Amino acid sequence: MQVKEFKPLIVAFCCNWCSYAGADLAGGNRLNYPAEVKIIRVPCSCRINPMFILRAFQRGADGVIICGCHPGDCHYTSGNYYTRRRMAALFSMLDFLGIEKERTRLEWVSAAEGAKFAATMNDFAEKIIELGENKRLEDLRCKK
Amino acid sequence: MQKIMREQLIEKAASLLNNGTVTAVLGWGKGEFDYDVTPAVFKTEEELKAGFVWNDFCGANFSKYLVKKTDRLEGKLLVFLKPCDTYSFNQLLTEHRFDREKVYAIGVPCNGMADIAKIKAVSGEGISAVDTNGEKIAVTTIYDDAPVMIDPADVLAERCINCKSKKHVAYDELLGEEGDVIDSARFDEVARLEAMSADERFAFWQNELSRCIRCNACRDACPACTCEKCVFDNPASGVENKSPANSFEEQLFHVIRAYHVAGRCTDCGECSRVCPQNIPLHLLNRKFIKDINEFYGEYQAGETVGSRAPLVNYTTEDIEPGEVFDRRDK
Ligand code: SF4
Ligand code: SF4
Ligand code: FES
Repeated sequence: MQVKEFKPLIVAFCCNWCSYAGADLAGGNRLNYPAEVKIIRVPCSCRINPMFILRAFQRGADGVIICGCHPGDCHYTSGNYYTRRRMAALFSMLDFLGIEKERTRLEWVSAAEGAKFAATMNDFAEKIIELGENKRLEDLRCKK
Repeated sequence: MQKIMREQLIEKAASLLNNGTVTAVLGWGKGEFDYDVTPAVFKTEEELKAGFVWNDFCGANFSKYLVKKTDRLEGKLLVFLKPCDTYSFNQLLTEHRFDREKVYAIGVPCNGMADIAKIKAVSGEGISAVDTNGEKIAVTTIYDDAPVMIDPADVLAERCINCKSKKHVAYDELLGEEGDVIDSARFDEVARLEAMSADERFAFWQNELSRCIRCNACRDACPACTCEKCVFDNPASGVENKSPANSFEEQLFHVIRAYHVAGRCTDCGECSRVCPQNIPLHLLNRKFIKDINEFYGEYQAGETVGSRAPLVNYTTEDIEPGEVFDRRDK
């Protein structure tokens, strides 16, 4: 019997001004990162309603990563500072409920950091593959 | 037994009604059983005398009711507030949810409320009468004429065991003496859970939250949940009813509920009190409060009017979400 290889579904929310451009740069420089990473572009990291993250998990994401401009560099001055507080609280709560803490991550990636973007995604995907499927937060109604 | 007597409260309310200071009184009213005291509005002295209740089951926090009950009211509404209720009162004022001018708030001291589930555990079901006016709580059941006598300390509600404050932070008039903020052990249970492994925590919450029947009582009673339109009323949200899952269904609802009040929850304990399934919801709220205190400095929602909630605030030096775990796992 052939064991099916586990291909994780990873959702990456990237802010338009830094991290999305960083992802572009990674692509432009032909740096590899897993195809399982699905990027969702948002105007600013603080556009990411914590509900988006829960929704992603509900619909079967195995990991969710958020990327925004470095603190101090947000296009809207302070958006990422709010993001930082919101996500610290949310990730900590998910961990408190027993969701593996490695399934969520926040990383600051600038438009010039294509290499960091690729490295971050590779590392994150590796961790998720180690953890295996997200069973604890998925909703069977959303299963295809 | 409460230190202050029912008659004192009725007398106060009646005099304010009769001299025209207030047009109505928001207080605790008789329910179907002695222990299911419910919020009620009284307009006359007779109504007060007939239906007003003050005993060890007056847990209901009226702050939230002020939003709707003062809306179209002519004149002022008298409201009775226990110490923990005054925090919610301030929090709602901070959020501009009701008009302070329309309220006459009377602070009443509280000696702690009884938990009916704990009483039933001693007396059994079939309670026909409960009297909390003596040193001991007298519980009569349909099976026995002689009442079961229970020490109030043995059936104190969890939130009262870990009471954070006997101090009223808002009132127009205070009955009894001014109390103090208490150095309670309310975060101990959260810390105990934090020390477990993720798998153990998951098992703990699976056991607790799978009992949830999605009655929404926790949301309905919560004084921090006053949105006119709630995400849980939206049938398209995907979290409005129980969802099929191979682990357990209710986690999303509970993360969302607790998150929506994070930084605004005063830890009044209403959610856990009203939960028919006895789910320790306060532990989720306290996790947020504990985190906020540790990450951003001590903050008590509702302590003052006008304070800025920590999740709508920031400093440039805040902790990174990843560091949260590094710090804990050290
Ligand atoms: S979440 Fe619970 S403890 Fe917090 S304000 Fe609402 S009812 Fe009170
Ligand atoms: S009150 Fe209890 S049973 Fe009802 S929705 Fe809230 S947690 Fe679930
Ligand atoms: S614009 Fe990038 S985080 Fe705000």
